[in-house]
Amino acid sequence: MLPIIFVLPLLQLVILSNAATFDIKNIKFSYVDHDKTSFSRALIEKFDASTYFNVINQFSSKKEADAAMAKGEVDVILEIPRYFERDLLKQNKTVISVAINAIDGAAAGVENVYINQIVQDFNKNAKVALSQPSDLINAPKDIMAIPSFWYNKTLNYKTFMVPGILVLLVTMITLFLSGMNIVREKEIGTLEQMNVTPIKKYQFIIGKLFPFWIIGFGLLTIGLIISKVIFNTPMVGSLGLIYFYTAIYLLVVLGMGLFISNFTDTQQQAMFIAWFFIVIFILMSGLFTPIESMPKWAQILTEFNPIKYFVEVMRMVMLKGSSLIDILPLLIKTTVYALIMNGLAVWSYKKTS
Amino acid sequence: MKRFIGFIKKEFYHIFRDRRSLFILFGMPIAQVLLFGFAITNEINNVDVAFFDKSKDAITEEIINKIEASKYFTNKQMITNDAEIESVFKKGKVKAVLVFDTDFSEKLTKENKTTVQIITDATDPNTANTINNYLSSILQKYQQEINKEIKISHQIITQTRMVYNPELKSVFTFVPGVMTVILMLVSAMMTSISITREKELGTMEILLVSPLKPFQVILGKVFPYIFLSVINAVVIVLLSIFIFKMPIEGSLFLFGFESVLFIINALSLGILISTISSTQQTAMMISLMGLMLPVILLSGFIFPIASMPLPLQMISHIIPAKWFIIIIKAILLKGVGLSFIWKETLVLIGMTLFFIVLSVKKYKIRLE
Amino acid sequence: MKNNNVIEVENLTKKFGDFTAVNSITFEVKKGEIFGFLGANGAGKTTAMKMLIGISKPTSGKAQVAGFDVFTHPEDIKKNIGYMSQKFALYDDLTVKENITFFGGIYGLSRAKIKEKRCELVEELGLKEIVNELVGSLPLGWKQKISFSIALLHSPTIVFLDEPTGGVDPITRRQFWEMIYKSANSGTTIFVTTHYMDEAEYCDRVSIMVDGKIEALDTPKKLKLQFKAATMDEVFLKLARSPSPTLPEEKGVNI
Repeated sequence: MLPIIFVLPLLQLVILSNAATFDIKNIKFSYVDHDKTSFSRALIEKFDASTYFNVINQFSSKKEADAAMAKGEVDVILEIPRYFERDLLKQNKTVISVAINAIDGAAAGVENVYINQIVQDFNKNAKVALSQPSDLINAPKDIMAIPSFWYNKTLNYKTFMVPGILVLLVTMITLFLSGMNIVREKEIGTLEQMNVTPIKKYQFIIGKLFPFWIIGFGLLTIGLIISKVIFNTPMVGSLGLIYFYTAIYLLVVLGMGLFISNFTDTQQQAMFIAWFFIVIFILMSGLFTPIESMPKWAQILTEFNPIKYFVEVMRMVMLKGSSLIDILPLLIKTTVYALIMNGLAVWSYKKTS
Repeated sequence: MKRFIGFIKKEFYHIFRDRRSLFILFGMPIAQVLLFGFAITNEINNVDVAFFDKSKDAITEEIINKIEASKYFTNKQMITNDAEIESVFKKGKVKAVLVFDTDFSEKLTKENKTTVQIITDATDPNTANTINNYLSSILQKYQQEINKEIKISHQIITQTRMVYNPELKSVFTFVPGVMTVILMLVSAMMTSISITREKELGTMEILLVSPLKPFQVILGKVFPYIFLSVINAVVIVLLSIFIFKMPIEGSLFLFGFESVLFIINALSLGILISTISSTQQTAMMISLMGLMLPVILLSGFIFPIASMPLPLQMISHIIPAKWFIIIIKAILLKGVGLSFIWKETLVLIGMTLFFIVLSVKKYKIRLE
Repeated sequence: MKNNNVIEVENLTKKFGDFTAVNSITFEVKKGEIFGFLGANGAGKTTAMKMLIGISKPTSGKAQVAGFDVFTHPEDIKKNIGYMSQKFALYDDLTVKENITFFGGIYGLSRAKIKEKRCELVEELGLKEIVNELVGSLPLGWKQKISFSIALLHSPTIVFLDEPTGGVDPITRRQFWEMIYKSANSGTTIFVTTHYMDEAEYCDRVSIMVDGKIEALDTPKKLKLQFKAATMDEVFLKLARSPSPTLPEEKGVNI
């Protein structure tokens, strides 16, 4: 059991953090060139040179290309019409068509942006090459945007995901273990044994949950070391603050586990319910998809999601160096949550025994 | 055969007597599909943005209004000094700050050229990048407007066609993923738990001492879950057709066949897990901790496989969920037939056989 | 099986790696006999029994159960034996009736036969009130009786009982042994492992295993004579205390 508690999650932290990236790279690109002029070749060259696109193939007809897309061999088809070069030079205007596999809508949107950037870029160069001196006199007005990405200059996705996945693993393990624990004693019959000893109920609960609290800290510590050593994730804020917050957060999770444990008869049920909530918590936590994009009602629902708070705090403190004042609203909500959850847990425990 | 039917009947009693598990078993897929359909999206909307406007004139005001009017951005907030940028980011709400320098408009009118700084909170690099792109394109549009009178020369226009999902609905991507995750976890977890449960209770021993053959025992335990998983798959597909208007382009029959194949694959994985674990607790931890995240992350459900580092792309090949997602996307959204996906189908069949052979071997060793 | 033996075991051995769990045991059990199989925890009795009921393969030796070889015909053995485990394993979330129907079914009894047997059981054990209750809600004594009856459902030649009286009160134990006698009288052979030495007195013959070997095998009466003991309890203690002859002296103390 111990390897499952420690090794499996940490191995996942190491491996899966690499998997979680929305970077769109290596797009499978293909083209149909009906023009075959120096211009059309130059445009294709541009795509080839880009790091986003991998030129997989060229097709002689659109039909062939479409079939390849249906098979999943290519994701983008660029079709350059006959007289592409001639139209551009003579009529100042030409149309190229692009087909994008849009099953993954978000990726398709990004791919579209990249394609347009490359075409615009090509267009600009072509203009400079083709324009007459007279054009320069009334040059268009230009607003140049200078982006600057704070806290993560290289847009390294791992920096973003590692703290989040760490949160997930800590939560999952502690919730599953605490959820299963008391119900297991019920199943084996040792709970009755405990109830006849002079030990007080709250003592019993604390005694049961304390080891998981410690396990949670153990996981967090090893996880933080891994994220520093392997991923070189920055630790801008205070480590003490993270531990302080985690101490309270773990109480929420353990209370929840205890609550589930009291309401179920078998380990299987407990696990199922814990699993149900974990999956919903994960999906609604802002870990993989931004919370701001959700509709209002869903955003209100996320207020009940402890994982959301932990993910936010971890990212704020580790990456931005947010202070106690910055995370205070989150901390207060978590504390209230912990009080309610443990209150419910103790209440339901009294009821069941 | 009669023995077998009796066995299956018993298994259904177990399932239907446990109301809470049953509720989760069927509530889970519905909740997830609805969440993905209505709440979860990887599009970027309603981002809080702040402005540090040192220029303060008609032009910057117009740009600010334009940004505010866009559906991507809300809640403008004005900032008056540099230190405030840091503090709004640290509070966590504001994701981007636009900084107009004092001479922004002056430069634009006199030199025809000016700059604006877009500072984004890049703790989430993906969102930051997208926000940056959106803001740039709003600026670009404004630029085109003020350049209207100038004749544009040499223009290449791109006509883009979004194939298979013209409205770029993210629910279409997620439905196959949700279905895969649910079928995988429910099937693998349920079987591994229900088999280890018999081990813990001691009834497995009784069954092994009976004239039932071990493979009959296993088959009898697994069969009801095939049935339940098929119901789950049907519910998910119905929800996505009627609530999210997902098109079904391909053959439902082929889809059904592939789904059953995948379910059997997941069940055989569950059997394998049960042969290596002796308690329910271990079985659950292995199926949950070992399967949940890899299936969500390495299958192409949320994150594109092509963007992963090469070693991970290799690992993703051994995740059955990855192949199933390819298959159902192809059938449901692309509408292709078996001739396009026979390779993926063979891989799934191969994996299933491998799991079965391995569990039979493991099972035998236990009996030695 | 000319000589009326239903179990014949000769030099049966089971090794797990270097560890010898069962060390060349030899004995036979006659038809209709109640055979007590005794030993301390870890002495190897469960392993030995598992070999006889066909869920564990012997390393070497010979064994026949109900006329079939454990190496070559384990499946035929399974049809002719009944087995009750120390956990009284029944399905808690099934009713008594459903449990009977299920176990009858896996032994291939016809529906009519199952019904007949069930009615018999209800009559004999007075199950009328509880036949539609979930097994999980019944007291342990009931589970034990039902579990035993289920092991007898298909009228096996031999029934193997693995510590069948753990955790039940003396009265229930008494009743349970009456059930055992009854079925032995009707010709069923009983092979029973137990910790309780008073129960050993009820057996026709008793074997005592120490460290994988059978150290004593006879009727309780003769064993008491042989070991100059007043009760089986004393016999057992003497055997378990005396250093095992198979082990070197210095390691030999094991209680």
